[in-house]
Amino acid sequence: MTATPETITCLQAQARQIRKDIVTMIHAAHSGHPGGSLSAADIVTALYFHFMRVDPARPRWEDRDRFILSKGHACPVWYACLARRGFFPVEQLLTLRKIDSLLQGHPDMLKTPGVDMTTGSLGQGLSAAVGMALGLKLDQKLARVYVVLGDGELDEGQVWEAALSAAKYRLDNLLVCVDYNNLQLDGPCDQIMPVEPLAAKWEAFNWQVFEMDGNDMPQIVNTIEAALQVHGRPAVIIAHTVKGKGVSFMENDCHWHGRAPDDEQYAQAIRELEMAL
Amino acid sequence: MTALPGSGRRTEPIATRFAYGEALVELGHENPRLVVLEADISKSTQTQHFAKAFPERFFQMGCAEANAMVAAAGLATTGKIPFVSTYAVFGSMRACEQVRSFVAYPRLNVKIAVSHGGVTSANDGPTHQGTEDLGIMRTIPNLTVIVPADYYATKKLVHAAALLEGPVYLRFTRDPVPIIYGPESDFTIGKGVRLREGSDVTLVAIGDLVAIALEAAEQLGARGLSAEVIDMHTLKPLDGELVLRSAEKTRRVVAIEDHQINGGLGSAVAEVLSENLPTPMRRIGLRDTFAESGEYRLLLKKYGLDAAAVMRAVEQLM
Repeated sequence: MTATPETITCLQAQARQIRKDIVTMIHAAHSGHPGGSLSAADIVTALYFHFMRVDPARPRWEDRDRFILSKGHACPVWYACLARRGFFPVEQLLTLRKIDSLLQGHPDMLKTPGVDMTTGSLGQGLSAAVGMALGLKLDQKLARVYVVLGDGELDEGQVWEAALSAAKYRLDNLLVCVDYNNLQLDGPCDQIMPVEPLAAKWEAFNWQVFEMDGNDMPQIVNTIEAALQVHGRPAVIIAHTVKGKGVSFMENDCHWHGRAPDDEQYAQAIRELEMAL
Repeated sequence: MTALPGSGRRTEPIATRFAYGEALVELGHENPRLVVLEADISKSTQTQHFAKAFPERFFQMGCAEANAMVAAAGLATTGKIPFVSTYAVFGSMRACEQVRSFVAYPRLNVKIAVSHGGVTSANDGPTHQGTEDLGIMRTIPNLTVIVPADYYATKKLVHAAALLEGPVYLRFTRDPVPIIYGPESDFTIGKGVRLREGSDVTLVAIGDLVAIALEAAEQLGARGLSAEVIDMHTLKPLDGELVLRSAEKTRRVVAIEDHQINGGLGSAVAEVLSENLPTPMRRIGLRDTFAESGEYRLLLKKYGLDAAAVMRAVEQLM
């Protein structure tokens, strides 16, 4: 599945559109989490528009690849990818967090077509992914389970319980990306609760570890391709990212973890993202 | 399933967890979608038999209940019917938010099947006595809560829970409890069983204390008082209609449970009565206290969960 330069260009353009959608929907909602949505935008775009076998007409297709956004607060990136991939109309994005919407403040698998697992409370997604991967293996299905973990939620002990169990069951149909933007709600991860040495931790838990620049599309595509070749153990990619990536005043600023832009900030964000187009 | 004379119909007390272990193996044969997740106490929860019979469908998750619970949720999304087993304290409290947000909220088909309910884990002491679980589980939307009273009820209700599409919390005993039913007895989730008709007082009980309610009813009978006994095996959804019908007749109700008096069966019955038919009632349960290590029967006596305590409550109502 080697990506041509044209494919990379296409994915980059798609990621810019996803970023515009993220900022637009959070602005319309007057609340939400732009920082972590923007940092993961390139990874989730690569998964939905290049790697994952999904069928928007059959969101519960048994053989589909699954995606779990364990850092559920970053759901605008998931919703934007699902809408652009055809799971529901793009106009729905403007209903984010509003009453009667398909799009809850955190992902709800019963409400949103294409959402494979409810998440939002941190540290849970990897456990759900372990269960899915076990179920798929039991049925001898080739489908894969992709997970995006936040770096802040690595503070949760359950992530490491799940990591132990994935290694025990040699879940090579499971691929985790850690969105390592090094900022959590209250500040830098290395001050709030240091997780380094992070690669060594996953290795010690018997995972195959990769690292990449998680905002660089050629690296993302190449690294995921390499990680998908791993057999006999689960794989994790530590994706070094920039929180708020693509909107200058949101980048590397934890104040944009969970805040909506006002009208002026929104206009500037869109201008910047369109200039990048 | 009919019991022929001499076919081995049980008469001796037996812990309901043993019936669970047997039911799981039966279900494993019947339904290939059934899987079991265990948290390192399979010899105690009795999932060990399923593990032997169906090793490929048995997932030993270690002492990590939170992970096991959400992994079960993940398995359910692939069409499996996961039973997660541990002790009541851990299933309802260590993994409480996991049950709420990742099993009940997405309405996943997970069965949380726990042993050591109430003070039946007796000598282990309060860290292992699940005495708040029912109150906690009862407040969670979408969740069905079932506590079978004996071996035969457990067999039938575990099978019924496996057929029910949706999350269920099932609680079993560690220590032996008397046989009340037979292999021919039938149960419907959400429908209580009237075990004994009476006109002076309604004893509505759940789980291991159904046997205590029957014992108390006998003793009340000897004193000329006619007690109606209801086995409310499904705490949620509560069979409110049965409670109201009985209370209308007897005008006195005692709720009896191996659980704190707050939040469990007594609370549920009081809610139904006070909204529909205010009726004098008493609650038998732990009176906002932790118990202690000790023999099961002695704990029932010391903490006011025995037939004598029920008799005192009835006397107060007469």
